[in-house]
Amino acid sequence: MEPEPAIRIADLVVERGGRTVLPGLSLDVANRRVTGLLGPSGSGKTTLMRAIVGVQVVQSGAVEVLGLPVGSPELRSRVAYVTQAPSVYLDLTVRENLRYFGALLGVPPARVDAAVDAVDLRGHEAQVVRTLSGGEQSRVSLAAALLNEPEVLVLDEPTVGLDPVLRRDLWTLFHDLADGGRTLLVSSHVMDEAERCDELLLLREGRIVASEPPGPLLQRTGARNLDEAFLMLVAEDE
Amino acid sequence: MTLQATISTALRVLGQLRRDPRTLALVFGVPAFLLILFRYVFDGQEETFDRIGGPLVGLFPFTSMFVVASITMLRERTTGTLERLMTLPLAKGDILFGYGLAFALVAAVQGSIAAAVAFGLLDLDVDGPIWLVVALAVANAVLGMALGLFASAFAQTEFQAVQFMPAFVLPQILLCGLIVPREAMAPVLEAVSVVLPLTWAYEALSLAVAGETGWQVARDAGIVVGCAVLALALGAATLRRRTP
Repeated sequence: MEPEPAIRIADLVVERGGRTVLPGLSLDVANRRVTGLLGPSGSGKTTLMRAIVGVQVVQSGAVEVLGLPVGSPELRSRVAYVTQAPSVYLDLTVRENLRYFGALLGVPPARVDAAVDAVDLRGHEAQVVRTLSGGEQSRVSLAAALLNEPEVLVLDEPTVGLDPVLRRDLWTLFHDLADGGRTLLVSSHVMDEAERCDELLLLREGRIVASEPPGPLLQRTGARNLDEAFLMLVAEDE
Repeated sequence: MTLQATISTALRVLGQLRRDPRTLALVFGVPAFLLILFRYVFDGQEETFDRIGGPLVGLFPFTSMFVVASITMLRERTTGTLERLMTLPLAKGDILFGYGLAFALVAAVQGSIAAAVAFGLLDLDVDGPIWLVVALAVANAVLGMALGLFASAFAQTEFQAVQFMPAFVLPQILLCGLIVPREAMAPVLEAVSVVLPLTWAYEALSLAVAGETGWQVARDAGIVVGCAVLALALGAATLRRRTP
């Protein structure tokens, strides 16, 4: 039996600032996989993610996560969202931030240490977030999303501005989470991250131009790498 | 709503203020400083100072909590933490009451310091109980905070949020009867002052310092609390889970 997709979207229309960002999008995101949401900036990645976590006003269409319509209060502890800009309190320490979000999620304080370890911020717990580097700040934001081990993680460009070693470590973490039964939707505008994903969704001007794993995508297009594959798909699309 | 989420939010807001000692020093120190100024501006006119000094102790928290709360909430909006909170299992009431709890506490300290300076140092002479002045100060602080949260929804930048202070607060201070008795104003303004919450806050305070502790003070305080609840409800309406 095919497992139910973790996220199911049908005919989603979203307008922002008088512009149609998503003109009628339909897609599935596979359960227990790392799905990469790729596309140039302005293609609608963030809008799509906001719709999935229920903070985006949508014009029409259906969005279901874990079989429930988005906006169901139950999903708030089962789905975590990490925005591109770190959304943590800059004037609090790493630990104060994580304790607060942990308290809201109802997790034991011990989870704070586990989340700090997962994003490799051990030793920075007592530091005020404002004094951390940009990459460290975004990892605090990511740690806050790991506190209650949510079933679905929606991560908007979580590896932007990180050095190669950290990026590799985070992708390992993402796959460990998926192996542990979590579903991850990770956006990126860098194609070299695409090959680290189990599944790919290529978004262009609010439409899906490809939805398959990296291997088959390369095979189908005959491209040498995913960058080239994307360019070919864009050319076909025009 | 849960007690844990509300208290955690209050502690978080207090934690943020604690990291900003300069703001705390200003919040706690400026009212005392202004009272000292008032005392010596009206040097030799102790009666005037006695008349307005008492109510001022109770009105400062309204002004400071308006500004501090609106900027704190504006930062939540602009840094994305509010959006994050909206994706978490947390009721809007937890945020609003958490803020209310935190700022009421700060106001209690602020009001107590101002009262200590006014009554202890400056020999402010009032007929009513001092605790009532401080209690009314806390109620006014919650009102100021609630209005500040509401106003912050209409500010995109901190510049705008700061300008809302004179826009929302100064007219109310002018019309509340502190500077000129309301009966002496143009009839239109007197009529307008009836619907402004600070008018009732001032009346409660002036009655309290005059030694009246009866039902009229209770009614005025009730109006202040009612307005705070109304402003909180309006504030809740501006906290949207979904934004465009």
